Amino acid sequence: MTRTIPAPTLDVDRVRADFPILARLVNGHPLAYLDSAATSQKPRPVLDAVREYYERHNANVARSVHTLGTEATEAYEGARAKVAGFIGAGSADEVVFTKNSTESINLVAHAFSSMAADPRFRLGPGDEIVVSEMEHHSNLVPWQLLCQRTGAKLRWFGITEAGRLDLTDLDRLVTERTKLVALVHYSNILGTINPTATVVARARQVGALTLLDASQSVPHLPVDVGVLGADFLAFTGHKMCAPTGIGGLWARADLLEAMPPFLGGGSMIETVLMTGSTYAPPPARFEAGTPPVAKAVGLGAAVDYLRGIGMAAVAEHEKRLTAYALDALATVPEIRIIGPTDLVDRGATISFAFAGVHPHDVGQVLDAQGVQVRVGHHCARPTCARFRVPATTRASCYLYTTTDEIDALVRALAVVRKVFA
Amino acid sequence: MQLDQLYQEIILDHYKHPRGCGLRAPYGAEAHHVNPTCGDEITLRVRVGGGRVEDCSYDATGCSISQASASVLFELVEGASVEEALRDHGAFAELMAGRGTVEPDEEVLQDAVAFVGVARYPARVKCALLPWMAFKDALLRAVGAADERIPAKEG
Repeated sequence: MTRTIPAPTLDVDRVRADFPILARLVNGHPLAYLDSAATSQKPRPVLDAVREYYERHNANVARSVHTLGTEATEAYEGARAKVAGFIGAGSADEVVFTKNSTESINLVAHAFSSMAADPRFRLGPGDEIVVSEMEHHSNLVPWQLLCQRTGAKLRWFGITEAGRLDLTDLDRLVTERTKLVALVHYSNILGTINPTATVVARARQVGALTLLDASQSVPHLPVDVGVLGADFLAFTGHKMCAPTGIGGLWARADLLEAMPPFLGGGSMIETVLMTGSTYAPPPARFEAGTPPVAKAVGLGAAVDYLRGIGMAAVAEHEKRLTAYALDALATVPEIRIIGPTDLVDRGATISFAFAGVHPHDVGQVLDAQGVQVRVGHHCARPTCARFRVPATTRASCYLYTTTDEIDALVRALAVVRKVFA
Repeated sequence: MQLDQLYQEIILDHYKHPRGCGLRAPYGAEAHHVNPTCGDEITLRVRVGGGRVEDCSYDATGCSISQASASVLFELVEGASVEEALRDHGAFAELMAGRGTVEPDEEVLQDAVAFVGVARYPARVKCALLPWMAFKDALLRAVGAADERIPAKEG
């Protein structure tokens, strides 16, 4: 007899009680916050951790012998260890604190040049970088700039009509000329969760490095860098219950070791002479200047909070919401989903077009009903172009989202119809 | 915030029945403006002659506010003197910058007074201004191309 393992669950009412903002009214209606893909709300333990840090431990890090300085340093490095554990990193030294995913990706892009000492980072005419058409601008523009600087060529995977990564040309796109494949793990606009293992395997076969933009996956799915097998992982704190202004780059230790400094300044050096300097080992090499200590502490608290609930439970909750939302939106005849319409490898971030009404107007009417969605091209203009829409309306869920909020969205969409009929 | 203050009947009417839309030739200058945050776009042409705006034609994609704004703009400036058109531009820009505190002059702005509600929504002000920015850009270049002097303000 086989035993079925019950799916992990979370008590959404208890979760919501941790998020003070969810109790407020917006335009006279209960807030229905459906914009967590843009930024998540913050639970009280995170807010408390930041406050307690400032009230009790605040000092500069890594340069003081006094008690507060020691406590601040321990809090900062403790947060790094928590983040490392959360993503399955082998060592805390493989986690560099940055301000967000954008900075993480730019940091990696900066390591590549025509003069790089390490051949893995040497890039010039004849070399190629591969991205996809569903990248957020943060995982596209840095590579365009790098290609302009070095003469390397940028190539990309397309997207199928169903909103999936088109891997038909995988072996023709990722070749011996490829130096790096930079791919979004979980699309912020389509909600697609990409088959990264297939792409990583091909990249490894041809000797290319791989970077995953995990901005949306680290907050919503159990993520283990050992399982993913990529070389770099970029993520941001504010989408996973932490404050804005703190994010991370995970990279294999031997790669970080081979990478040149990013920003120059205090804390990233070993010895400084007027004639030149030597640099600290990673991760300090990439963290010039006084870091955002309190924000890192907030990120550490966010990791504790999410671990307490369990990422498997978060993912399961969102899977149920996705099913509920896709069914609910299917009852609105004007709506066309932009992205996968089934539940396979798909997250609770759902973009749609409302026939005859511009997303700006949709978002405005929804806002008047207290429903907060994102409208626009979601920093993924090429994806919008691919689906022949100037912009989309996007509803995105998180661990605190309820089916009532999805119902509020559907009710508010009826008002859109009424106003623009 | 009241939705009907934003989406006044006049605005919805201009949105559903835009006046003067479509690109026409000949024209003195053309401007293409985009709103990078939302992807709204407008291509707008201006022809000037004898110190007047002889035609203002446009092709726009975007939300109801930007579309209605282009239609209202057309009605105001078509046939107006260059000076009047610039005055209208100034009055509309002032209204949009006013966060709902500027009392619009209906004599000057006509249907555009309906945009007073838009000024209370900072996120939508750019939508309303898009056609006007394109218009000013095209107008000044059309004036330059026609070598017409913008008449100095009196007084």
